[in-house]
Amino acid sequence: MKPNENMLTGAQILMTVLQEEGVDTIFGFPGGAVIDIYDELAKTPIRHILVRHEQGAVHAADGYARASGKVGVCLVTSGPGATNTVTGIASAYMDSIPVVIITGQVPTHLIGNDAFQEVDIVGITRPCTKHNYLVKRIEDLGKILKEAFYIARSGRPGPVLVDIPKDVAKNRTAYTPIEPVRMKSYNPTYQPNKWQLEKVIALIQESRRPMIFAGGGVILSKGSAELTDFARKTMMPVTTSLMGMGAFPGTDPLCLGMIGMHGTYRANMATGACDLLIAIGVRFDDRVTGRTDAFAAQAKIVHIDIDPTSIRKNVLVSLPLVGDCRITLSELNRLIETIDFGDLKKQRHDWLDQIDQWKQTGAMNYDQTTVIKPQYVVETLYRITQGQAIITTEVGQNQMWAAQYYHFDFPDHFITSGGLGVMGFGLPAAIGAQVAQPKKLVVDIAGDGSIQMNIQEMATAIQYGLPVKVVILNNRYLGMVRQWQELFYNKRYACTDMEYAPDFVKLAEAYGALGLRATRPDQVESVLTQGLSSPQAAIMDFWVDREECVYPMVPAGATLTEMLLV
Amino acid sequence: MTEEKHVVTMLVDNQPGVLARVVGLFGGRGFNIESLCVAETTDPEISRITLVTRADPLVLEQIMKQLRKLINVIKVRDMDKSKAVQREMALICVKAKPEHRAEVLRIVDIFRCKVVDTGIEHYIIEVTGDEGKLAAIINLLKPIGIKKIARTGIVALFREPK
Ligand SMILES: Cc1ncc(C[n+]2csc(CCOP(=O)(O)OP(=O)(O)O)c2C)c(N)n1
Ligand SMILES: [Mg+2]
Repeated sequence: MKPNENMLTGAQILMTVLQEEGVDTIFGFPGGAVIDIYDELAKTPIRHILVRHEQGAVHAADGYARASGKVGVCLVTSGPGATNTVTGIASAYMDSIPVVIITGQVPTHLIGNDAFQEVDIVGITRPCTKHNYLVKRIEDLGKILKEAFYIARSGRPGPVLVDIPKDVAKNRTAYTPIEPVRMKSYNPTYQPNKWQLEKVIALIQESRRPMIFAGGGVILSKGSAELTDFARKTMMPVTTSLMGMGAFPGTDPLCLGMIGMHGTYRANMATGACDLLIAIGVRFDDRVTGRTDAFAAQAKIVHIDIDPTSIRKNVLVSLPLVGDCRITLSELNRLIETIDFGDLKKQRHDWLDQIDQWKQTGAMNYDQTTVIKPQYVVETLYRITQGQAIITTEVGQNQMWAAQYYHFDFPDHFITSGGLGVMGFGLPAAIGAQVAQPKKLVVDIAGDGSIQMNIQEMATAIQYGLPVKVVILNNRYLGMVRQWQELFYNKRYACTDMEYAPDFVKLAEAYGALGLRATRPDQVESVLTQGLSSPQAAIMDFWVDREECVYPMVPAGATLTEMLLV
Repeated sequence: MTEEKHVVTMLVDNQPGVLARVVGLFGGRGFNIESLCVAETTDPEISRITLVTRADPLVLEQIMKQLRKLINVIKVRDMDKSKAVQREMALICVKAKPEHRAEVLRIVDIFRCKVVDTGIEHYIIEVTGDEGKLAAIINLLKPIGIKKIARTGIVALFREPK
């Protein structure tokens, strides 16, 4: 048969759909099973970022999605290429980030034969994707790809994997552009129930000590402006989860900072004392709630979320509201306009005053002595960047100090692996964010342990001229684990000493990046200034106080208000 | 909160891997499955899965919501006994020495079931009914000697309005 004009290969169909979906960037790594796809990709204007490890591809796509508001896309080969993506996928799944992962697969006739580089990636990723597909017939490819993008970005977003066998990519079929996707078994509820909305308003009117608890759902639904409006109009203080940082301006007087295990004193105390907690786009992770039966024990809880499974999973609520966070908030704002709340200033006076007292007693103080305090590095970074940088993090103490001492006034500026907490996330995520926002300053706040988990991506940053900055809070420990050992295991530091590490300055230079080090407090500011203002990618190695701990801390399983303060 | 038995049925896309998603969800989240039954409906693109689980009300709520969240699951229902017909079929192979043959047949008669296979020393009995009926006949046959048993697990349908 002569190749017909309308006959496209599977690889060509993939390229067509990607462009229909507005994809202009892919993070990937090639191999035998995707060689046909790569061959076709090179003929399109789509930009391909060649990572150095497939885990990096998914984290980069994750960071890209968060910084751009678009779906992130990765492309990897079968077998080991596919298995290397699993950690990245699991992280995106826990954090509800829209990513489409295209994996190559062995040809259909070999599936099930233990062929070379065959792995059942659909089976492996079933519990950590929002949905996944094995494309067995080329005729289904276009429709499946369309569905994949639709599912990834709609409702509660998440990663979707599409496994494409080599022959499906190679063979030809007639392609007709696909109609907009409609699925009978998948219809997220965006519009909240009207009666429930009115009940929320009534609860606010009754309440004397109300507060808002906002999470990643507000950011994902692009509802930050609506949330800010809502909180200010009702004069309700706002705490956020780790994923919700920036959903409400961190410098607003009503902002309580983060809730949870390493939340602020005032946020956790307020949660214990409030009589109404309006939770929006959160899922009540155990790192947030502490002991669930004592969580917000005096409060009626309103829970707004687009995913019904989030509601009443971990915490009982008085008023559930299924719907999109942004839409729900704007409906609430509309209702509020019609209500006379009376003298709010007067009504809230005692409550806000109490919160202010907690702010004074539980201030986030530290003494900057002769060794560099990690908190000081983050605070200085905040000051120099004027809060404008996109911050990614690794995992551990570095992540918590980033959340505590960098105040996020905007959504999409704090990019962290919240649910999975995967070390090695920050650098590739920073690369993805930098690709999405070339003009922004992107900084990975890192630990000395975590940065070694995906350090190879420095080569990616250099290859594409991406000036990401890595700030290592180098305590020569797996610090967060060491902190638990110090506090709960009688200082037995089993296997957490990271004294043996590469010279990060030389390592930076070996990759072709700028390497800088500060060992004394008086060097912190100049190293940051120099590193951040350089047009190059840079690693800044800060030798911080080795045994500094993150406080406040709610021991695992304790009530939120039972905080260790020093 | 107390655990109770629930019959949950769902309509799902009749595609490879869908059952694995459902079963994987139960395994991964620590929900339990006591029995499971899957077959095509009159629409070849849709299958019906019926499963029996034991859960307290909050866990049952999660089970239902989590099932609905699966992309290939179209509809989920809790087949409450008061509103649904529930049936199970069992094939029971009983020992039937000459001295017991009459008694076995008498039980078959009382429970209105069928002998579908017979030999010198056994009968295979086909019995259909609700949980109580199956439990009762199994109880009566046990002392005589059950060699093997195969049960379908419960299937259920809501009663239509009278
Ligand atoms: C991939 C992975 N492995 C193990 C852990 C467990 N873990 C959590 S924090 C941490 C220590 C991280 O050390 P470092 O990056 O130096 O950060 P620090 O806490 O010292 O700031 C470890 C090992 C993890 N979160 N992720
Ligand atoms: Mg460390």
